[in-house]
Amino acid sequence: MLELLIIPFLEATIRTATPLAFAALGELVAERAGVINLGMEGAIIAGCLGGAAAALAGGSGVGYLGAAAAGLALAAVFAVFVVRIGSDQIITGTAITVLGLGVTGTVFHLAPALVGVGETLPTTGPIAVPLLSRIPVIGRVLFTQPAPTYALYALVPLVAWWMRHSHAGLALRAVGESPAAAAAAGVASSRVRALAIAFSGAMGGLCGGTLVLAQVGSFNENMSAGRGFIAIAIVVLGRWTPWGTAGAALVFGAAFALQYLVQSLGLALPYQLFLAMPYVLTLVLLATLRGRAVAPAHLGR
Amino acid sequence: MEALLAFWDGAFGSTFAVLSATLVRATPLLFVGLAVALAFRAGLLNIGAEGQLILGAIGASAVALGMPGWPRPLVVLCMLAAGALAGGFWAGIAAVLRRRFHVLEVISTIMLNFIAAAFVSWMVRGPLQEPTRVYPMSESFAAAARFPFLVPGQRLHLGFALGVIAAGCLWFVLRHTAAGFRIRAVGAGPRAAASAGGIDVSRVTARAFIASGALAGLAGASEVGGVTWALYEGISPGYGYTAIAVALLARLDPRWVVATAIGFGALEAGGAAMQRTAGVPAVAVQIVTATTLLAVLGATRWRARRRREAGA
Repeated sequence: MLELLIIPFLEATIRTATPLAFAALGELVAERAGVINLGMEGAIIAGCLGGAAAALAGGSGVGYLGAAAAGLALAAVFAVFVVRIGSDQIITGTAITVLGLGVTGTVFHLAPALVGVGETLPTTGPIAVPLLSRIPVIGRVLFTQPAPTYALYALVPLVAWWMRHSHAGLALRAVGESPAAAAAAGVASSRVRALAIAFSGAMGGLCGGTLVLAQVGSFNENMSAGRGFIAIAIVVLGRWTPWGTAGAALVFGAAFALQYLVQSLGLALPYQLFLAMPYVLTLVLLATLRGRAVAPAHLGR
Repeated sequence: MEALLAFWDGAFGSTFAVLSATLVRATPLLFVGLAVALAFRAGLLNIGAEGQLILGAIGASAVALGMPGWPRPLVVLCMLAAGALAGGFWAGIAAVLRRRFHVLEVISTIMLNFIAAAFVSWMVRGPLQEPTRVYPMSESFAAAARFPFLVPGQRLHLGFALGVIAAGCLWFVLRHTAAGFRIRAVGAGPRAAASAGGIDVSRVTARAFIASGALAGLAGASEVGGVTWALYEGISPGYGYTAIAVALLARLDPRWVVATAIGFGALEAGGAAMQRTAGVPAVAVQIVTATTLLAVLGATRWRARRRREAGA
């Protein structure tokens, strides 16, 4: 039972949650600055493509850099429109996502060699952490994972600390709550927003890089599969906090892992139930958290 | 050059291209474009047209499969009603969440899009699956549940005509009725609408939201009744998202939505032809969609700034 079902299920939970957590942390930082980044899906697919192309040229390490850079590039366009021109965030974000899916899909069809279709990409497999990986159950679940997961273990507390205790983190939250008050306190709110968007793009890119280089092993059209929108749900479920976001990413990861479990057990339950569950949960939670305003006050404006 | 020629041939090059490709592809975009235009006019960021369309398709399919032997006009009418009701119901969930629980509709409609996708995925493998239970699709509709064609020998169907009528109605309602005025007032400034106009803002937005969902639901009914004649999982290749570009390019004017929907329909028809004959992938059309959206966004802002400077 433990060997055949529970451990693979927990392993799959962490594996599925890893790319989601990258994107959600990025989205969280943008949203705390008052920006809903609906272009996240575009940044992720750009990261997939950039990761594949860069890994082909210079190995998996360069691949992750390329992934982050590709996500960043797309987010830069988003930032120019939203921060510089002052365009509507929702519409711009949608356009950026369509742009990312369109460009990557076109490259995939016109220049498959560039993204390594038919070749083997240099990928990063699971690394067993000495000692820790030998702890029963936990060792195999938490400490026999590919490198991006370990990066997250460091990143979540880092972002949490930064947001709560650093000067820049305070400025970020101030801009998301009230740009006018932040400006009065001497915070350059447009610069804060632009940097927050840049960070979210790079994280979206890393989400894509993780997908390509640590999980799937090749680039495919549309392989982001809605993760950018899921990231937005995760941030909401995590109530706009870093630790909450990390926990919510695990909830979504578990929900997706559960469908494999149900299928492998041969249960008669429709697996779509588990696909839909995290979204229903998010809606229920949003509705019941009434009275406690948890969203940044200036979100989306 | 070859690609552009293929594009033109596929979109406008012949009667067949116009009546069987461009306008057929424009039909769902017309309905969802109107849905988004109405919602945006009321100040609602409804990005859930995708999910509302899916629900409309499910509702219409359930009726089509559940009324064997009934006369065609009745079946078609019931399919349209079921599509509108289902789409309106899906938007209604987001409307209630917004009105009663203050949940941002941007977030709730995204969630509902995912739930709708899971729902249709289950429907075509469960209750509505074809009898042999092999393919993830419903049984093919009986002849009485297939929308009539408008031109003999062409694939253009009833849905397009209804879409044009819907555009006319929506324009008239928004422009010439009290209800339309209330919607525009709420969209322009909810506070002013409430204090100066005595308008019940939350009721007006909730109703506009449901009407918007009903329009998107009609897109789903029109797709299953006029094009696919069966329910599929991938009934919408992202129409609900293209709709935002359709509505915005039309500057939220229902009359212009007809034109922009045909424009984007031509893009899709031409893109498909380009892929067939010149090997240019059809997804390249998405780049055009995105660039158009960004160009419109940039231009409107630039114009607004110019106007402000001229006025000051």
